This record gives sequence, C-alpha cells and structure tokens, in this order.
Amino acid sequence: MKRAGFATKWLPITLLLPQLIIIAVFFYWPAAHAIHSSLYLQDPFGFGSTFVGAENYSDLAGNSEYRRIAWFTVVFTILVTFFSLAIALLLAVKADKVIRGARSYRTLLMWVYAVAPPVAGFIGLIMFNQSWGPLTRFFQSLGWDFKLGVNYMDTATAMVIVSVWKQIPVNFIFFLSGLQSIPRSVREAALIDNRSASGRFWDVTFPLLAPTAFFLLIINITYSLFETFGVIDTLVKGEPGNNPMTLVYKVYVDGFRGNDMGGSSAQSVVLMVLVLALTVFQFRLVERRIHYT
Amino acid sequence: MTRLTIASVAATSLLAGAAFAETEITWWHAMGGALGETVNEVANKFNASQDEYKITPVFKGTYEETLTAGIAAFRAGEQPNVLQVFDAGAATVIGAKGATIAVQDLLEQNGADFSIDDYISGVRYFYADSDGKMIGMPFNSSSPVMYYNVDALEKAGVTPPQTWEEFQSTTAPALKDAGYVALSQSHLPWIFTENFHSRHDLPFATGDNGYEGGDTKILVNNDAIKAHFTAVTDWQDNGYFEWFGTGWGDNQTPFEEGKVAIWLGSSGSFGGLSKLDLPFEFSATYLPYWEAVTTEPKQTFIGGAALFAMAGKDDAENKATAAFFDFMASPETQVFWHKDTGYVPITEAAYEMAKADGYYEEQPAAEIGIKQLSLPAGEHTKGYRMGFYVQIRDVMNREYGRILTGETSVDDAFNNIEAEANKLLERFAKTQG
Repeated sequence: MKRAGFATKWLPITLLLPQLIIIAVFFYWPAAHAIHSSLYLQDPFGFGSTFVGAENYSDLAGNSEYRRIAWFTVVFTILVTFFSLAIALLLAVKADKVIRGARSYRTLLMWVYAVAPPVAGFIGLIMFNQSWGPLTRFFQSLGWDFKLGVNYMDTATAMVIVSVWKQIPVNFIFFLSGLQSIPRSVREAALIDNRSASGRFWDVTFPLLAPTAFFLLIINITYSLFETFGVIDTLVKGEPGNNPMTLVYKVYVDGFRGNDMGGSSAQSVVLMVLVLALTVFQFRLVERRIHYT
Repeated sequence: MTRLTIASVAATSLLAGAAFAETEITWWHAMGGALGETVNEVANKFNASQDEYKITPVFKGTYEETLTAGIAAFRAGEQPNVLQVFDAGAATVIGAKGATIAVQDLLEQNGADFSIDDYISGVRYFYADSDGKMIGMPFNSSSPVMYYNVDALEKAGVTPPQTWEEFQSTTAPALKDAGYVALSQSHLPWIFTENFHSRHDLPFATGDNGYEGGDTKILVNNDAIKAHFTAVTDWQDNGYFEWFGTGWGDNQTPFEEGKVAIWLGSSGSFGGLSKLDLPFEFSATYLPYWEAVTTEPKQTFIGGAALFAMAGKDDAENKATAAFFDFMASPETQVFWHKDTGYVPITEAAYEMAKADGYYEEQPAAEIGIKQLSLPAGEHTKGYRMGFYVQIRDVMNREYGRILTGETSVDDAFNNIEAEANKLLERFAKTQG
C-alpha cells in the first residue's frame, strides 16, 4: 500500500489541531472533571466539599443494590441486543424476498425509527396500563397477572419489549441494505451448491453480512446501555421505587434527583471504564474474526 | 375580535411604557398543568397590584428538576430571585448557608411586618432553621388526608374510620363485602412514614428530628411502624388494601375510577378531584391513627414546597422579592390559592378569611388539611430535616415495593432502610465540609 507523506511534521499537526482541541475540550476535560469530583463529597451548591479518596468507589462496591442494578443492566443489554438484532434480521431477510409492495412494507417497518425514546416509553405506558392496557389484557388472558410498576419482573419485561420495538427499525434498515449489497452471482452460485435455504443463509449470506452485523452489535449494545434512558424514565414515571433500572439511570437518579455529586460522578467513571473495556474487547477479539471485502 | 386584540396590544404597550422603571424578578417553579395556570394568575395579580415590580414565573419541570436547575444556575451565577423547593430538598437548600436569604430576614430588612406566629402551627417550622427562623416561605403546603367515596361507605353501611383498629375490624370487611378495595394510598414515605411519625408523636430522627444538624441518625426502624406495615400486608392478603405502584397517580386513579373506596392523598389534591366531576360523591377526613400506639393523635406537618429567596442579587431586586413574598403571604392571595388548588392557606388570617367567606360550609372537605395541621402539636410533630433525603425516600420506596410484592419481610426492609439512610446521612454530613 502506498503511504501519503508530508514534508514537515508540523503541517499535519496544524491540520489536526482543531479536531484535537474539540476532543480535549468536549471529551477529555469533562471526563477529567468527573474523575476529580468522584474523589470528593460536595455540597450541591458548591459551598463545602470533603476529599474522601476512593470512598465513593468502595461504597459502590459494597452496595448490594448497586450490584443488583449492574446485574440487571447486563441481562437487559443482552436481551435487548439479541432480540432487536434477531427480529430485525428475520424481517430484513423476509423483506429482501418481497417483490410486490416491497416499498410500502419497508417504509412501514422503518417508520418506528422516527419515534423518540420517551414517546416509545409513553406508548408502552398506554399498552401496559394496569387497568385497560391492551397488552396487559392480552397477558391476563394467558393467565399472567401482569402489573407494570408493581412487579419487578413485569416492569423489566415491559422495558425490554418497548426498547426492542424501538430499536428494530434501525437494525432492519442496515440489515436490508447489507442483504441487497450481496452480489446476485454469489447467491446464484449458492443456490446451485446448496438446496437448503437455512444452509444457504448461514453458510453464504450471513458471513457476507458479518461486517454489518458487527457494526450493529456495537450500536445495539450502546443503545441498550445508554439510549434506553428515555424509555426507562417514562415507564417508571421518574419514580423508580422497586422497579428495575440500568446503571445510566442510576447515575441520573443519584446525581440529578438526589444531588449526590460525588457518588454520581463515581458511577459515571465506572461507566466510562466499562465502555472503554467493551470497546477494546470488541475490536481486539471480535473484529479479527470478521472479514471485510 | 381583531379590533379588540389591537386595542389590548396597544393598552399593554402603553402600560409597559408607563412602567419603564420597574424592577424585574424571576420565579422558577415546578407547578405544571392547571397548577401552573394558577401560578401565572398569582403572578399577574402581583404585577397588577403595583407598578414598581414585575415577576416572571418560569416552569422548570418536576420538583427535583427545578431544584437541580436552581442549583446549576446558582453555581453559574444565573440564579432566579425566587426558587420553589420541595419538602425533601429542604435540607439541601437550607444546609447550604449563603445560597439563600432567610425569608424572615428579607422581609424584616425591607420593612415588612413578619411574625412567625401568624402562620398556622403545622406550617410554621418545616422550612425554618434550628433556631426557629423561617428560611423558606411555605407556598403550596399540603398535608396527607383521608379521602373517601361517600356512596361506597353508605352502601357498605360504615362511617369513615377514625382509627386503624376500626378500619381493620369494621370498615374494611364491610367495604370488601360491598365490592370495593377498601384502601389505597399515594406516596408511602410521605404518608405512611413521615406523617405516621408525627401523627403518633414518635421521633423520626435523632437531634430533634435532624433540625439540630450535624450527626443525624434516622429512627425509622421502630416497633410502631413495623407493626403498621405488618398490618398493611395483612390487609393486602385479605383484599382490604391494594398497592398500584410508586407513582402518585397509580394509586389515585383507582379511587377516581370508583374501584377503591378510601384513598390517602394530599389535601392539595382537593382542587383537582373537585374539577374531575367524579361519578360519586367524595369527602375527606383526618388521617387515622393506631389507638394501640397513642390515644392522643397529634397534628401532621406540611409537605408540598416552599419559596426561597436566592442570594447574590442586588438590593433593588431583593426589595422586589420581599414585596412579592409579602404579597404571597397576604390573606387575599392565600385564600385565592387555597380555593383554586386545595393547598392549605398558610396563615391564621387567611384561614379566618376563608372561614368568614363561608367557604367551608360549602366545602367542608377543603378544611380537613388545615384542621389537621392545627391539631395539638407534640414533641416530634414539626417535621424533619435530613440531607440526601430524596435518595432516602427512594430507598424507602424500593423497600416498601418489596414488602408489598412479597420479596422481603417487614423486618429486613426496615433494617435495610435504617442502614442505607444512615449511610446517606453520614455522607451528607461530609458534604458540608
């Protein structure tokens, strides 16, 4: 491969400088600030503060409720990521085969993408309303006494359903365009070699979709961890009580509702480390197995 | 129509021109919906009452969001003149010395008459400091009361219960037979915990319920309240009580739907309930008490929120803020606010005025909150002052949810609440540096 070169090293640095400044000011400075404030317990108004070292972190480690929330976050992320990818892939494969009415079918599926998370949460509130929600009625007809906001597992189920529903369209769009970029000739060759449809899909189509799937995997994990905030906030009506919540929501509850700046900062730092670890893991281990063509 | 609009625009601009030298102040509040409109009306009345000052109310979201916005603005030097802070945030704002000017000082410095004894006894000290100086002026003050469906109680042939013993042995079984869920209640920390302690005159925290500051410990893990929650779970098992979730409306809605016969809510809910045009007649009475704990039930204290004057403003603006507080405390304003919303009037004078108007003859239920706040006081009835209290309430809500869904025992729940609350209080003490 041919490398482009610069005559002096100052020109590229100058050209990069605006970008570096933006990164430093908007990303590293707040991150450093979070780390700094996680070492203190401070009065919300900023009048007094006490240096407590790692106490905010050791409090988190010793807090069984925090561990429960962390555990829920892991399960929630796996479920939301898996179901939104799996269902979207299924829909995309089917949509790829549709010839008549394909455009309206795709448009209808993509449509939900425009719904903002709090609106999705609000729709969830209506669907799962305790006394007249259609989905509550449906579950009751199956003998499941579904109670949003009262029962921990039921609320968790509603959170997963609404979050998955909200995320399917974006995955669908990517999967569909991925599928449509697979060359016809490859598929025809596969058709000759392999008569089973599922065999063709897993041996030929899916590996060719892998770069898209890998990209979506990262996007979906990030979505489940962070962007579901709006859905969760709406479903628990801002009063978590005994309902499940994710780590990000806990940062909000302690920092913005409870005005506990130090504790909330420590939690943000934990999240930063988590994201860093996740990114390193994904790109080191998973991406090696993916072949871009 | 058009001509009218032009005329009013002209009139407004003339007025604006005439009042060029007025001092403008801002007021951040958390009153949404119909309450927000009443707030705007109060502000308009103040602006129309004189031409030196102009107040602009700004809606900032929930109580928590308003407080957080106020704190962030203060740190940036952009704070409003008046900030509405709710009960659970009181320790945060009163603890931060220098964030606000005590309302009492502000009024006295600006030549307004002020005497804390003018205020109704259950209202007086909740937002006061340990010396009894009023720091924040109670604004939308309410107390928990018992609402009941008159039709349902008649159908069941019972009267509203005065004690929980009566509820348990007579009222609840009769209501159940008549086809109702006997009881639901909103905000377990506020009604079944904080006001439970004042109604029975039990200490809620060390150091005079936390008013002395410093090293406060919560005293919530006591036999009386554990017996109460054990009874509540029994009622739940017997179908006398149902819990519909942590949100305020979750438990109010089934009462409005006529499914639940008795609902414990806020005296401030009265205005809203009256406007709903419910398919049944409703009324209100005092919060029941346990005869086994006390034979002399005491007053409750106020919830809701108070108005604080933020520090760091110039004298002219502070003068305007003082004039506004003076206006707010006036009997006329209080009676207007009381009638429109159901929140209690904060001063004796305003209460007398509403009485003289004959308001309570038409609406006896509207008087319950204020009557309950005026019951005899006890040693532990003026309220509490604890830092990180929003989080402490979150812990309570979580543990109560677990009790009511059978995930934990009453004993374990209260051990947890005590341990976590004390940990939070200890941490809060450190924030004061």
